Amino acid sequence: MTSSPALPRVYPPKPSQVYLMGTCLVDSFDPQAGMDAIQFLQHHGIEVLFPQQQSCCGQPAFNSGFDDEARQVARQQLKAFVADIPVVVMMGSCAAMLHCDYARLFEGQPEEAQANALAARTFEFTEFVDRVLCLPPSPASGERVVLHTSCSARRSMGVAECHQRVLQNSGVEVIEPNRVSECCGFGGTFALKQGDISAAMACDKAEAVAACGVDTLVSADCGCLMNIGGTLAKQGRPIKTRHIASLLRQRQEESL
Amino acid sequence: MTVHNYDPALIAVQVDNDEKAFADLRQRHFKARAKMSLENEQLRGSFLGATDFLQAKRRAVFPDTDELEQLRDRGEAIRQQSLAQLPDLLETLEKNLTANGIQVHWAETAEQACAQVHSILAMNNARTVVKGKSMVSEEIELNHYLEKQGIECLESDMGEYLVQLAKEMPSHIIMPAIHKTTAQIARLMHTRAERSDGQSVSYTEDVDELIGNARAILRDKFASADAGISGVNMAIANTGTLCLVENEGNGRMSTTAPPIHIAITGIEKVVADLADVPDLLSLLTRSATGQNISTYFNMISSPRRGGELDGPEQVHLVLVDNGRSRMFNHPQLKPTLQCIRCGACMNHCPVYARIGGHAYGSTYPGPIGQVVTPQMQGLDKQGELVSACTLNGACGDACPVRIPLPKLIRELRHEANSTAPASELDIPGKGSQRHLGEALIWKGWALAHQYGPLYRSITWVLTRGRKLLPHHLGAWTATRTLPVPAKYSLHDLARGAGIGEQPANRRLNEGEA
Ligand code: SF4
Repeated sequence: MTSSPALPRVYPPKPSQVYLMGTCLVDSFDPQAGMDAIQFLQHHGIEVLFPQQQSCCGQPAFNSGFDDEARQVARQQLKAFVADIPVVVMMGSCAAMLHCDYARLFEGQPEEAQANALAARTFEFTEFVDRVLCLPPSPASGERVVLHTSCSARRSMGVAECHQRVLQNSGVEVIEPNRVSECCGFGGTFALKQGDISAAMACDKAEAVAACGVDTLVSADCGCLMNIGGTLAKQGRPIKTRHIASLLRQRQEESL
Repeated sequence: MTVHNYDPALIAVQVDNDEKAFADLRQRHFKARAKMSLENEQLRGSFLGATDFLQAKRRAVFPDTDELEQLRDRGEAIRQQSLAQLPDLLETLEKNLTANGIQVHWAETAEQACAQVHSILAMNNARTVVKGKSMVSEEIELNHYLEKQGIECLESDMGEYLVQLAKEMPSHIIMPAIHKTTAQIARLMHTRAERSDGQSVSYTEDVDELIGNARAILRDKFASADAGISGVNMAIANTGTLCLVENEGNGRMSTTAPPIHIAITGIEKVVADLADVPDLLSLLTRSATGQNISTYFNMISSPRRGGELDGPEQVHLVLVDNGRSRMFNHPQLKPTLQCIRCGACMNHCPVYARIGGHAYGSTYPGPIGQVVTPQMQGLDKQGELVSACTLNGACGDACPVRIPLPKLIRELRHEANSTAPASELDIPGKGSQRHLGEALIWKGWALAHQYGPLYRSITWVLTRGRKLLPHHLGAWTATRTLPVPAKYSLHDLARGAGIGEQPANRRLNEGEA
């Protein structure tokens, strides 16, 4: 769901502890990205906590109009991320769900205040790295990547620049495809409900990515990576996909 | 001048084929319509090109983002204030229009609105009408109605004239014939347009000449029509003024040349003061076509007065509700009425760019159409439109009056699947998109994600059994490979790496699992 941020952003000084919200897609399909994020943050002296009770932010049901089901699942996250420390989220769209949409979901519910407090301490991964860690730039590595920023990261969270900056600061060259701000056509259940339109959008996006002539596509949204990456793979184009966290961790290890 | 070698018979067949294809398109459901559009290479190319062009024009005319955002704040505030006092403003509007000599009519439904226009025409024995562009008249299908009553109603906006010749409907708010190629237009003009001397228009693909031909035909009609119909972009309550934005001069002709002028508008278009106009006008023209100002801006405040040389003898305004009161009373969906019909949301919509306006099967296409149409026609009839959106938010970012379009679309999805008991404020067809299968999937999904141990068992099975998963998944795998789960979930890896779960004091206090 895309909406303007519910709360003005207040960035805390670098904390000693954070929660990591892996998100359900990262959990099953790219868990290494989650581990990379954990190790990256640990390396910067932050203790990362990973509540085993966490599952999904509830967005798939919420965006489909099934509010009760979304709320049941979201309640579980309120319980999992209960302590008053930042929650770093591995995907822009799930971060947006917590940061922008829990307000609507819990409006008038007993957990309203708790949900608003959680929203205020929720940060998208690159946003946390860029705005809270504030790392100095590393020397150029010569690596070039194509960056795709998800619509939620760009519009709801407003962190497109954070994506760019953390990559550039880590020493990689960032290339953006044609029609950079256009949706890749994933949209959660949209890809299933309106398969033809979604496929047309994904194919156009894949073509724009391929036209960049670079062999790695990065994003901080697993859904977009699956959609664009899956399309590229089906077309037989040798472009691999990576979560930004994995790339940052790799650069960190290389410069150790 | 480009004159092609052509076979008149072949051209007529092509025009007939286009019309049949359109009629066929209208018969289908949204998904089938979308598919037909997607398969039409020419259509896809022209829509993508047109939306790219319009986006670039809008960017160029708002070089200063701060100014744009401030203007959007003001636009939003004006529209919200106007809506907050809507009933009062409408009363004031009626009072002041009447004092100015403009006759006011109220219509609750589309049918009533058509009947009122017809009765005004009938009372004056009017048989021929020229129309400036009006989306509301498309919404109530006025042309169709009047045609059945034996009244000729000619569209005078160039794009509307072309889609009328083609027996189609507009595919965009601001550029109704955006979907047509020059060759198609040349064929239409040649086979369907009729000059006043009864001759057909010669075939040409020269754009200036095509426009010249159409203009000559329309000029004759302006001079001879019994009545003119127009839309309204803003109605000013405190002065009783009707404002009309246009580029071609056809609006001015339709509202001044014939002896009767009938304006028609949705009840939401009213604003309090003339002071509200400049900001809205600036937002409208810049967002719509990237123009700083439109060629014409008409302000109509009375019929012809004694001693004046031109202007209509009667001016009428038909105020159409057609579901707007219901939108007004819905706490979440009320912002729908903020719309100033600029079309920017569709110009920025990646779905619209790929399927075009006709696929939506409604007067208003794109994001605003997805919000307005189901509320007007019912979720049972047009509920599928609300699924045609990725919620990417580009429309909401583009909307000059900050209508939270993605939020409204999501809200409509909720309404479409609602099981809450019916109330008077409900959108017709509430709950009609709820299918047992989907509802069960969400129930199961909620269960699976609600209990930590259950969720972890499911991902355990998913990851360990990943080799056994099916390799095909409907539409997804037609153009994409299927994502394969990892060997171990992040939950597994984090536990294996000894990552803590809660801050130390909480762990002690609550004994977390
Ligand atoms: S919803 Fe907004 S962007 Fe779309 S037509 Fe209306 S005013 Fe313009």
